[in-house]
Amino acid sequence: MPTFEQFNLPDAGEGLTEADIVTWHIAVGDTIEVNQAIVEIETAKSLVELPSPFSGVVTRLLVEVGDTVEVGAPILEVDVDPDGPAAPVAEADAGAADVSEDPVAVTASSVPEPTAIPVPAAAPAPDAPAESASGAVLVGYGVKAGSAKRRPRVSDALDPVGGEQDAHEYPVLAKPPVRKLAKELGVDLTTVTPSGPGGLVTREDVELHVKATAAQTLATYPEDEQPWLEAGTTATDGRSTRVAVKSVRKRTAEAMVHSAFSAPHVTEFLTVDVTETMNLVKRLKQDRDFADVRVTPLLIVAKALLLAVRRHPEVNASWDDAAQEIVYKHYVNLGIAASTPRGLVVPNIKDAHRLPLHALAIELQELTAAARNGRTTPAAMSDGTITITNVGALGIDTGTPILNPGEAAILAFGSIRQQPWVHEGEIQIRWVTQLALSFDHRLVDGELGARVLADVGRVMNDPSQGLVWA
Amino acid sequence: MSASGPLSTDGLVQVLTHTGQPVDHPTFSAYAAQLGAEELREMWRDMMLVRAFDNEATSLQRQGELGLWVQSLGQEAAQVGSGRALNGNDFVFPSYREHGVAYTRGVDLVEVLRIFRGLQHGAWDPQAHNFHLYTLVIGSHALHATGYAMAMSRDGMVGNGDADKDGAVVAYFGDGATSQGDVSEALTFATVYDAPVVFFCQNNQYAISESVIRQSRVPIAERARGVGMPSVRVDGNDVIACYAVTQWALDHARSGQGPVFVEALTYRMGAHTTSDDPTRYRDRAEEDYWSERDPIARLDAYLTARGELSDDYRESVAAEAKALGERTRTTVRSWERPDLLTMFDDVYALPHSGVEAERAWFERYQRSFDLQGAAQ
Repeated sequence: MPTFEQFNLPDAGEGLTEADIVTWHIAVGDTIEVNQAIVEIETAKSLVELPSPFSGVVTRLLVEVGDTVEVGAPILEVDVDPDGPAAPVAEADAGAADVSEDPVAVTASSVPEPTAIPVPAAAPAPDAPAESASGAVLVGYGVKAGSAKRRPRVSDALDPVGGEQDAHEYPVLAKPPVRKLAKELGVDLTTVTPSGPGGLVTREDVELHVKATAAQTLATYPEDEQPWLEAGTTATDGRSTRVAVKSVRKRTAEAMVHSAFSAPHVTEFLTVDVTETMNLVKRLKQDRDFADVRVTPLLIVAKALLLAVRRHPEVNASWDDAAQEIVYKHYVNLGIAASTPRGLVVPNIKDAHRLPLHALAIELQELTAAARNGRTTPAAMSDGTITITNVGALGIDTGTPILNPGEAAILAFGSIRQQPWVHEGEIQIRWVTQLALSFDHRLVDGELGARVLADVGRVMNDPSQGLVWA
Repeated sequence: MSASGPLSTDGLVQVLTHTGQPVDHPTFSAYAAQLGAEELREMWRDMMLVRAFDNEATSLQRQGELGLWVQSLGQEAAQVGSGRALNGNDFVFPSYREHGVAYTRGVDLVEVLRIFRGLQHGAWDPQAHNFHLYTLVIGSHALHATGYAMAMSRDGMVGNGDADKDGAVVAYFGDGATSQGDVSEALTFATVYDAPVVFFCQNNQYAISESVIRQSRVPIAERARGVGMPSVRVDGNDVIACYAVTQWALDHARSGQGPVFVEALTYRMGAHTTSDDPTRYRDRAEEDYWSERDPIARLDAYLTARGELSDDYRESVAAEAKALGERTRTTVRSWERPDLLTMFDDVYALPHSGVEAERAWFERYQRSFDLQGAAQ
């Protein structure tokens, strides 16, 4: 009676999972012998001719030239006893076709189930680790990455050899000398990222792990001062330190990026003779009413900006992008950018527009002291409407400040220096400074910006102008 | 062919040209003369059977019955010729391609396939055949062989002038192994201890894909000179010459004169293993050149010219080869997968707590699989 055998695609290399059909050397109806070359396949490693494990008559070719076939899939059907009628395997209805005493013999015993663990049809278990590209191949040209499959497991509870308590379900793979090294260094091998084949932890992995986790010593040289960073991870060569971005630095970065890339900035500059402001500061320092407070040119700049805002209230506003509205503020919460040990903070003086000069001076002093001591509260930093940054305190002329997010203008106040200046038709030595005003061009045009900056300059140049505008 | 490099044919011992014409050699023709027509026919038969087995095993790998196969195709003369020179006291340390030697030591070739089907780490009793298990680590067994030979000396198995008492060790390895430190160390130790070892290097010209030309500037046998060991280069496809040279080398070692290095220049006609694709690193012309120098064809031509190979004999050997192929096929297919726990059985001769712990762990590990699902 006819007996049909199927030939399943074998693993022609070590650990291959599929192959392409290149050429069939036989056709349906051919009589073939055992070990006769029947098909040429191409694996990830080579072109290989497969010999038939059967002799008989070819009844079906189950795959076509060009097909990519998984290892274990049937490719050929042979009638190894071609006498008498019967249907081929796959067309035989298992239930009804043959209830006679002469059933179709479907011999599965010849299906090669070779040397290793059988490859299941099931998906890899979720815990299957990623296989390295050339896995467990002794000799050859590698196996496709991610092609390895694992048998599903029913139980995850399995202790490693020796019964140590360990959450890992497989023991960590490492050679004995590497285990010894890890033990000496106090490294828990389960925390080491393996790089070896099949997830093997190598000596280099352990060493790398130690380097990455152990505190490093900053490289110092005879002329260096002591390392100044207290936190962070020093690079293995001791020449750089990585510090996580967090806290103030993180917020500053976010705010600056947001501001710089949402509000189109324009900056205008004005150099101004502030000799009269310096005279005023000097007088106020001697004034008994101001004896309890430190008077600085910043106080006059603040007052000048408040006066300018009174004359041009449109600059004290905010762009509400979501609502597509401009929010004009009828109050001025005057922000003062302050450099602190924790980084840049911008606390503001609430309702600064209502404060007389002395009260403003007190508020400025308290704000500065709080910032310096790191006591600036989140409330103090919220809801600012316009800001001054006193870059002059650091001895530089001016800069192009970036807006405090949500505000439309920021004034940079440069250092005040004695310079030759044309005053009343003569070159004289005068106190001169440079002001810079950055504004959000979405809601502040150049003209408005110019007017605001000019007004600030005018008060700085002649504080008595404040009486006129007050 | 390079004139002076590792593929030089200068000084290559030959008693048959590649077309089967006999040539005289001042030293080794005498050893060759020990072989009568019957022995030569048996050599021819051995090579035919080993090749038939080798081809069958290759097919079985391609049919999914073996995980891997290491072909000996083309190296039959070097293996059968040298193997037939061994006597009962001699002990062999093979690498993993020495199927022809295994055959001459009485190992059932089919059993060798248990290793390559992944059923067993070693498939024969080394003491029963004086044939150690295959060593897969390249060159390491050269040291084992040397140590074994040193022990044979101490056991008084050398220099008795009595063939029943004297013996030697043969270590088989390839050209690639000579690049390993272990082989150099073995040569050093064997020399200074006058160990009775024959280092039999089958220079099949490739360390997997690396040509021997890239591994040495001089013939491999020259390395022995560096440690003061006599060496011979022999045409590895001339089975009679391989027998003669090995016989001479064994006499030297057994008589207590120390080790000998034999380089048999041959050619691996097949792939390194069934996982290898030699077309990636060598060309067809080279393969054709060496297929014209097939070791079996050479002896065949010699015997045929002398009327020593009758049609009846050919037919009987062909039938024997076919039967061996069939027995190989049916036996391999019938093998059941062994209980994996048997892998712990032969780790130590005596009970060992560490092995027992691993066995117990593995038993639990095995049980953690869905065996029903895995069986499909």
